[in-house]
Amino acid sequence: MELQYFARIRENIGCSSEQISLPDHISDVRGLIDHLRARGENYQSAFENETLIRIAVNQIYVTFDHVIFDKDEIAFFPPMTGG
Amino acid sequence: MKVLVQEHDFDIAAEIAEISGLRTDIGAIVTFTGLVRDFHGSQKIQKMTLEHFPGMAEKQLEVICKAAEKRWPLQGGTVIHRYGPLNPGDQITLVVTLSAHREAAFEAAEFIMDWLKTDAPFWKKEQTDGGAHWVEAKESDRIKSQKWKK
Repeated sequence: MELQYFARIRENIGCSSEQISLPDHISDVRGLIDHLRARGENYQSAFENETLIRIAVNQIYVTFDHVIFDKDEIAFFPPMTGG
Repeated sequence: MKVLVQEHDFDIAAEIAEISGLRTDIGAIVTFTGLVRDFHGSQKIQKMTLEHFPGMAEKQLEVICKAAEKRWPLQGGTVIHRYGPLNPGDQITLVVTLSAHREAAFEAAEFIMDWLKTDAPFWKKEQTDGGAHWVEAKESDRIKSQKWKK
């Protein structure tokens, strides 16, 4: 699956996108975040505070319990500050 | 409504002329322009960078415009949001709404801006004397956006 990161989360992780294969036991966004956190300190700091994480799956906003599949494009970013 | 996400600047008068043109049925044109301020609290802002989610940013702005068109009797409009490096005084956002009557044009423009702040994937980073930092989302903006959902 393709993961995309924006703004602070992109800077914390150190890249704007990456491909991963979704492990079989992971079924939702929260599971994916836990899996990513185990990859290192950069991911831990990116996903430290859940209130500061917004998620889009295939460019549609979703919540942490959203069910995901290996073909999905998942984006993580902080609360928006445009305008 | 016309939606544009672009790096370059926009010309407010040209944007209005493009959509109002030779029409004579329009009673009200409201425009809002968002600019880069040179201060944040007591800090002086040198530069601002706007990051966006290409594709989704356009899509979300269209969703917001469709919601406005459903709610008010609009005769057209334009929403432009810039991205990339900006300086104090630069234009960031333009909202234009056209309607037969001013109430609809005023309210729709405010609605679009309030929703855009919390629902369109853009992020501001400010460069100050003390370094660069991401702007934090404001609770007051979230409340303003929520109030339209009632």
